[in-house]
Amino acid sequence: MAERPSRYVDHVMGMPISLALRGRHAADEEARAAWGEVRASLRACDRIFSTYRPDSYVSRLGRGELWLADCPPEVAEVVALGEAAERESGGAFSIRRPGPDGTPVLDPNGVVKGWAAERAARALRLLDATDFCLSAGGDLVCRTLDPDAPPWRIGVEHPCETGRLVAVVPVSTGAVATSGTAHRGQHLIDARTGLRPAGVASVTVVAASLTWADIDATAAYARGGDAARWLGTRPGRTGLVVWTDGSATPVGGGGTAAPSGR
Amino acid sequence: MLWFLTTTTIVVLLFGYSTSTSGPAAVGGQSSAVASGDPVSGGSTSTSSTAETVTGPAVATRWGDVQVAITVDGSTITDVTVPVYPTGNGKDQRINAYALPILISDTLDAQSADIDMITGATVTSEGYVRSLQGALDRAGR
Repeated sequence: MAERPSRYVDHVMGMPISLALRGRHAADEEARAAWGEVRASLRACDRIFSTYRPDSYVSRLGRGELWLADCPPEVAEVVALGEAAERESGGAFSIRRPGPDGTPVLDPNGVVKGWAAERAARALRLLDATDFCLSAGGDLVCRTLDPDAPPWRIGVEHPCETGRLVAVVPVSTGAVATSGTAHRGQHLIDARTGLRPAGVASVTVVAASLTWADIDATAAYARGGDAARWLGTRPGRTGLVVWTDGSATPVGGGGTAAPSGR
Repeated sequence: MLWFLTTTTIVVLLFGYSTSTSGPAAVGGQSSAVASGDPVSGGSTSTSSTAETVTGPAVATRWGDVQVAITVDGSTITDVTVPVYPTGNGKDQRINAYALPILISDTLDAQSADIDMITGATVTSEGYVRSLQGALDRAGR
């Protein structure tokens, strides 16, 4: 019964962007236009936020060439999210990392990826009678309008054994993000200690918002051996912690889980 | 084998409860079994000296796959969670949005798992061609 989704792929911000569409506008002109808007939105974010581009607003902000007020409002939004995440993670998550000379450098990558993908998905929400699943480098947001449609089946890749799955998450509408050891070649650190978190190989978070799924996955990962316990305190989140010994802990979220919004 | 039998028993118990309600409420009943667990129960293996949490295999039922995890302290079952519950009912979307990952067995790989998309920390443009996501995208076009 399940309709085979139409698929689209591109590379933006150094990561693969994969889109699956099913429904009325899965493969027509409107679908292609929305896909174009998704990519344009991600490229615009890259121009603002990339720490790999010396001319991005964030790079210039980091070098002290600009004030926050000189930047597009999206930068203040992302910085505010990062600071909220820092508070809520007890300081394990931070958008500032020690620079070469020890002074803190602004690095909002831990917020930008999920936030940018969620923002880019706005174009897809305008497609009527169409379900989508959009992945930006392994973090994804999906929607299902048809109550009879099967949920999107999301495979959680094993962090230690590439090419194998450790779990499957059926998600109709929501977001899934995973943080782990090899995030764009960077080493995620516990900002409280400056050290790589011990014991944890990857954290996958399922939530209503991709922005917060991504932030919480990174924050939980940064907390190392405390990852599953901390994630369990987060409202409305479920997830999976895979440890370096290959074992996995599903996290059912706090009993206070309260679906909000849609 | 003993664990399997125990698990099966609990599945029956849960569905005995579920069938006493109706339709979507039955799903809600299972969900509350998940939500009622202590938030730290997932980590109880490492936090308690005597309690042990064992996750049983996913069991096919007429309502869909069900997987149950039990925490045993000595000979007493102290906690039961349901990491896997049926998702075939389209009316449980709000629960679906926060669905729990279903642990899969050693023998199941991406090809046999009928996957739409991959979540992982290692998905970069450099590694994409050899990645599971790359394989899915190629297969889907």
